[in-house]
Amino acid sequence: MMATTPGGALLVLALTLPAGGMLIAFVLGGRAAERVAIAVLAAGVLVALLIDAAVLRASAPLVYLVGGWPPPLGMTLVADGVSAAMLLTAALVLLATALYGRATQATPPGVTEARAPFAFWCFLLALAAALAAAFLGGDLFNLFVALEMLTFAALALACLEGKPSQFRSELRYLLFALIGSVLYLLGTALLYGNYGTLDIRLLAAARRADLPTLLAGALMTAGLAAKMALFPLHLWLPPAHAGAPPAASALLSGLVVKAAFVLLLRLWFWVLPPIPAAAAAPILAALGAAAILVGSLLALRQARLKLLVAYSTVAQIGYLFLMFPLVLAGDADASSRAWLGGVLQATSHAFAKAAMFLAAGLIAARLGHDRVAELGGAGRAMPKAVIAFGLAGLSLMGIPPSGGFTAKWLLLTSALATGQWWWALVILGGGLLTGGYVYRVLAGSLTAPPADHVVAAPGPAGPQQVALALALVSVALGLLPLASFGLLEIGRPVIGGGR
Amino acid sequence: MTIYGLLGAALVALGLYGLVVQAAVLRKILAFNLLGAGVFLLFGVVARRGAAAGLAADPVPQAMVITGLVVAFAATALAIAMALRMHQITGAATLAEPADE
Repeated sequence: MMATTPGGALLVLALTLPAGGMLIAFVLGGRAAERVAIAVLAAGVLVALLIDAAVLRASAPLVYLVGGWPPPLGMTLVADGVSAAMLLTAALVLLATALYGRATQATPPGVTEARAPFAFWCFLLALAAALAAAFLGGDLFNLFVALEMLTFAALALACLEGKPSQFRSELRYLLFALIGSVLYLLGTALLYGNYGTLDIRLLAAARRADLPTLLAGALMTAGLAAKMALFPLHLWLPPAHAGAPPAASALLSGLVVKAAFVLLLRLWFWVLPPIPAAAAAPILAALGAAAILVGSLLALRQARLKLLVAYSTVAQIGYLFLMFPLVLAGDADASSRAWLGGVLQATSHAFAKAAMFLAAGLIAARLGHDRVAELGGAGRAMPKAVIAFGLAGLSLMGIPPSGGFTAKWLLLTSALATGQWWWALVILGGGLLTGGYVYRVLAGSLTAPPADHVVAAPGPAGPQQVALALALVSVALGLLPLASFGLLEIGRPVIGGGR
Repeated sequence: MTIYGLLGAALVALGLYGLVVQAAVLRKILAFNLLGAGVFLLFGVVARRGAAAGLAADPVPQAMVITGLVVAFAATALAIAMALRMHQITGAATLAEPADE
């Protein structure tokens, strides 16, 4: 029988703080919304740190029974190692985006309040609440609701500017996301019919390899893959992420995709029976490998900076799928390495990609365009943004020392240890291609400006520092000793041994 | 009950087909609702089947259907608002890229 653990109330706080903050910001209106949002997101970082500390101290997942009702009737909020780590990542990236947004979405005194900044701050908090719900949800139906909240909040942020091209790409994004969530919901219906519960931990104890479970697994995986833009379903992502304003792009690429990733982990390692999952995992990884190669090659060919960064997201998401056959290969040490590598790839990519989109947005705003071929002079005009782009690029390529290096190294060694050397080739090849497109941008930015070079007046220094700070975090993750990632192991189901 | 299950499956199939094949955004949104209706019908079948404890029906899937309906309604409203805005700004009713871009 599950019970609320000490510190379980923190999980409620993580959820209600942004949701309550959004309502308060909505009522108080334009000028106050900014202050409320920044205060709430800063408090969110504190709550995430407390949750991480509580999970580490207890060496066990935090559980909160909503309303005191134990499952299968009640619903749970659960923070295991992965949720705690993703929650902290999300809190930091959200706070950074909010600080970045102070420059572009501010309502200075004496200026009439406008709708776009007001909506930006409210939906930022809505996104924070939806992310917390997706990371902490302990049952599959709650996670469905969290995914939908996430889509709505992210979509609103993405079309704040109301450009015609935005509506087309964001509407396509919405339709893909809706197909994804309906397929996911269909899977939950099958699972409920089969087991009579949707609580993830109860399902993990009861799982068996029968037809409804496998069918549900296939439907839900397809739905989540559509939301994560896995290779053949990736077409919506680049225009949707590149067309959004920089702050929204950073959140979409850095965090929103990762929520679907956490759900996929729950599905594959908790809900699906391990033996058929191990048989099907190479398919996921093969699609991931295709995403790495195709995404990187397309990124190399892009003429626009933001599209280049968006295609790089398609490629980097591919790495996340490589962990599935490695974790399920049956070798305990390799499995643990692949698990760490996969989750670390998700967090370091969140920081690196957020930094990259923010830097790209700053460069585009300063030069007045984002054509990769004409970036000359960007390095002189905004050195910090270009350095941030470069540092984030190091992490994406997997050059030591960086979070991306540690993640890819763990995946690589795990692939070699389990004899699946072909994934190691993909990881190395993807790194080379990533180096290619990052080099294109950096080399272009560091050349001399053309003779008729016009740049806009320099903006405030704050946004550049935010982008640089995010990039530094993505690099600093690689300087942590491996033992400090023990947090991620807490609550991980043991593959092979059963639970 | 089997007939409701098959009906749900047919609605899901029709909805998916419509979502993929139809070009107009409004038709895609309608197809999404058809798909959703199929899923909710399956939840109803599950509720009827799971009535083990002497109840007429298992209430949990019914509660899920209600939540799902609210979510689907919100999604439909959002999609229609965006489609309408897109039509007002660009005059387009489909998601096809204009030739000059």
